[in-house]
Amino acid sequence: MTHIQTLNTRDMAKSLENGGCGECQTSCQSACKTSCGIANQQCEKANED
Amino acid sequence: MIHQYQLNGYNLVLDVYSGSVHAVDALAYDAVALLDRGLPRAEVSAALQQKYAGRPEGAAAEVEDCLDALETLQKQGRLFSPDRYADHAFDFKNRSTVVKALCLHVAHTCNLNCSYCFAAQGKFHGKAGLMSFETGRQALDFLVANSGTRRNLEVDFFGGEPLLNFEVCKQLVAYARSIEKQHNKNFRFTLTTNGIGITDEVIEWANRECYNVVLSLDGRRETNDRFRKDITGQGSYDRIVPKFQKLVAARGGKGYYMRGTFTHYNPDFTNDLFHMADDLGFAELSMEPVVAAKGDPCALTEADKPILFDQYELLAKDMLRRERAGKPITFYHYMLDLAHGPCIYKRISGCGSGTEYMAVTPWGDLYPCHQFVGDPAYRLGDVWHGVTNTALRDEFKLCNVYARPACADCWARLYCSGGCAANALHATGDIHGIYEYGCDVFRKRIECALMMKAAEALDPTLAKAPAAAANDDCGGDCDTCPSEN
Repeated sequence: MTHIQTLNTRDMAKSLENGGCGECQTSCQSACKTSCGIANQQCEKANED
Repeated sequence: MIHQYQLNGYNLVLDVYSGSVHAVDALAYDAVALLDRGLPRAEVSAALQQKYAGRPEGAAAEVEDCLDALETLQKQGRLFSPDRYADHAFDFKNRSTVVKALCLHVAHTCNLNCSYCFAAQGKFHGKAGLMSFETGRQALDFLVANSGTRRNLEVDFFGGEPLLNFEVCKQLVAYARSIEKQHNKNFRFTLTTNGIGITDEVIEWANRECYNVVLSLDGRRETNDRFRKDITGQGSYDRIVPKFQKLVAARGGKGYYMRGTFTHYNPDFTNDLFHMADDLGFAELSMEPVVAAKGDPCALTEADKPILFDQYELLAKDMLRRERAGKPITFYHYMLDLAHGPCIYKRISGCGSGTEYMAVTPWGDLYPCHQFVGDPAYRLGDVWHGVTNTALRDEFKLCNVYARPACADCWARLYCSGGCAANALHATGDIHGIYEYGCDVFRKRIECALMMKAAEALDPTLAKAPAAAANDDCGGDCDTCPSEN
């Protein structure tokens, strides 16, 4: 019996090693302008892959 | 830290610090809750066997199998993972001094007179004015000079209504294009407009030069025209909708958002979103709760909150229905790319206001963001002399999720990065506070967005299902798959 299905997610702890380039979009520049959410920003490194 | 919840038939477990999301059965859902309370495995096993006695999953072997699977996830760092980021939150912000995004207020004036406008009808509680080309050029030079090795630089033409200063917008883009190669920069422009001033020339320019366009429309005619009126009191809907449709069609339907605001008068905001999708043909949608002072008739109330929560759930379920039908729509706050989303640095460094992101007034003054413009206490400097109020900048540098005591126990802290400093200031008088109403709404949206991701991964009737779920390592070298350690 399968009890757990794990979604495909980025490993946050691992991104500590290779993240932080700072090239991704500033959250407020996209659409909302009145609230802060960063989770929907795309990683620029992923876009280069 | 664990967050678990049930929505749309899914039992979901979020492991906050690894970012892992697990869709589990009832047995595993209960097991995680018991383990999270610190109970030893033997006690958890006994409790589960008792609760599920007489059912197949209550057999000792099944319970142990489930607990083994959870233990494996914990060893992989995907469950009950520790917080390893607090020190980095402060180190990272201390060494980050580059500016990479400017909100250019090219026009502190507007051709609409929306009473709910946080910018006080475009004048930001000050005088009206237009940015000169010289001031704008200096702002771009300031951005290039302070952007370090960052290649992608973002500039938003904002207001007021930026198209009231369209000639300067055009000149500034031409100037940016003339200098970007020599400085190894890539300017990405956004135009945020109310639509009144859109012409064929604007459409051609925006679709050639702007990476993103944000088109302000609140939804149904009666909703939009309740607030979005001109100075004679006439609603704007009939004038702007055809222009928006023409612009979006010419753009190929990409790189835009229809951006609406909902208020106490339309907590049933999904009807506005569905109107934009079904009746007007727009697929890229954003809808924000109004920012209004407590007591303002349009401000959202506590009584509105359960209505809003129902609306967000309804929206998520309907978006899945549309995906199944092959006619998906995008809602800005439900856009999550779990596999290739932001790294931990992005998630702990806050929105960047006052550090990597600043607003520029028509007269060249710098503010931490567009929402602080007009408050002299938050003036950072100007585009000629740079940031002169360095104490204020340093305060914003450390204004992240770890600097806000109220965020310490929040499971959504790595999705909002601490929230909006301006909203916190308006709600509590302190940029390190939180805007609780906004937090409640934010958490609901993330729960809905994560549920959609689970559905897309696991529901065979959704097209994305085969590719999205992955318990296995594909062998690639990105940081998406489980660690061996």
